[in-house]
Amino acid sequence: MPTLLVIPMSLNKTAYIELPPRGLTLQWYLDYLADPDWRAATIFSLKIALATAVAATVTGTLASLAIVRGNLPGRNALKALAMAPMIVPHVVFGVALYLVFSPIGLTGNFSGFRIAHCVLSIPYVVITVTAALERFDPALERAALSCGATRTRAFFSVVLPSIAPAVAVAAVFAFLASFDEATVAFFISDTGGKTISRKMFEDIDFNLTPVIAAVSTLMVAVSLLLMGSVELLKGRRET
Amino acid sequence: MDTSAAPKSGSLTRWPLLRAATPAGRYGPSLTLVLLMPLIVLFSIGFLYPIGRLVIMSFGDAAPGLVQYRRILATPLYLGVLSRTISTAAIVTVLSLTLGYPVALAMARARGRAALVIAAAVLIPLWTSVLVRSYAWIVLLQRSGLVNAFLVDSGLTAAPLKLLYTDGAVILAMTHVLMPFMILPVTNALRSIPPDYARAARSLGAGSFATFMRIVLPLSLPGVFAGCVMCFILAIGFYITPALVGGPEAMTMATLIAQQTTVVLDWPFAAALSTILLLVTLTCVVVFRRALSVSKGIHSVT
Repeated sequence: MPTLLVIPMSLNKTAYIELPPRGLTLQWYLDYLADPDWRAATIFSLKIALATAVAATVTGTLASLAIVRGNLPGRNALKALAMAPMIVPHVVFGVALYLVFSPIGLTGNFSGFRIAHCVLSIPYVVITVTAALERFDPALERAALSCGATRTRAFFSVVLPSIAPAVAVAAVFAFLASFDEATVAFFISDTGGKTISRKMFEDIDFNLTPVIAAVSTLMVAVSLLLMGSVELLKGRRET
Repeated sequence: MDTSAAPKSGSLTRWPLLRAATPAGRYGPSLTLVLLMPLIVLFSIGFLYPIGRLVIMSFGDAAPGLVQYRRILATPLYLGVLSRTISTAAIVTVLSLTLGYPVALAMARARGRAALVIAAAVLIPLWTSVLVRSYAWIVLLQRSGLVNAFLVDSGLTAAPLKLLYTDGAVILAMTHVLMPFMILPVTNALRSIPPDYARAARSLGAGSFATFMRIVLPLSLPGVFAGCVMCFILAIGFYITPALVGGPEAMTMATLIAQQTTVVLDWPFAAALSTILLLVTLTCVVVFRRALSVSKGIHSVT
């Protein structure tokens, strides 16, 4: 099966980027660390991703509760709306955001990015948390309620702890979705505020330096680290 | 699909006597609305309004009309871009399916360590930046890249070939990027087939090929369908990979829209192109809604 070779190749390739073109050196990593542009972009990206993870997880978890437990008509329409940012082409979303954000100074701006990335991350949160809520046995909550717990109390001491691993996984996905996001960032960045992926896109297009390989490796490392933590959380959820 | 739960509970609440039978975990309408508020506010400001503005702009802000659309329909160049976008997406989808199906089969069947290795091989690329993966293809395919070095060293070609900035490079890189979206739903579908079916077929004398063709393949079709629709939708809107790996003559809808907004600054025209791209995508979603349970496909990631 040749395909089995194609998939691990994607892993090999990242290993190839790790190889500096001329001999082994850490020069590009030092270059990356020394460059104020790269540093600023990295910190900006991390801040946005963190803020996105928090906001998207809270918003998405609340919405998932409403979708799974709510007694509203149009439940499927709601679910479709929550998934829509995954379906709508990101170019279209990026252009639309630029159109609206640019006149009110939200481009290259922390709040602008937070809104955009939050919208893009919510589908991942809703998928993850909805699945966990559907697995959760409502009898447990009913038991808590019949023992005299208020709805809020029952939620925080029974429902939330049991879906907590899924919520944590959702937060990791939201963080990664924001950190890796490049298309929308391309449109709503400006010279003052750009994310690491926007800076990378620019450099790949205009000056293909080996520093990009170093940055790529770091980005892969971040993804791997976070995916590893997801695996740990998943393991905990199953026991 | 999860259509079963909603109507059932809705009809139950209409009968006061049966209300006790609704799960205590159900929330009333007002609480549900409160929970939904943050999402509704965020999506109204950050999603629905901007896209609505863009669509309205495409019909002309000052004098409403179809000027932009007429221009697109009357220019062979733009129609060419649209058809190239669709055909590229179709090729990428077919390639993802033919390359991804065996991987999905292996992933569904593997146990223990092998399962972990295959899962990692599918999931790690999925969560690695599209930029990194596109960059990797640039490194591989450039004139002095690994592929050309191999071709020249092995004597297959006399001089390095132009591999990068071609349609082939775009298709290759896009297939690589989108394959996980094919593999995951197919794997899910394959896993949900009870192994007894294949066993029964075999005990009735079917060979492994016949078992696959007549039992496994037909039963996995919903997953194949979901994967194809997902791949196709993502491929027609793809920007990063075509912009980096593709040549200037290999324009897609996405790169054309970006060019119109960042270089040419023709916003109404870009808005019209965006609206068409949006329409094509939404048409796919509506037509294949039954197949496209996005949540099921990505679900297996979690």
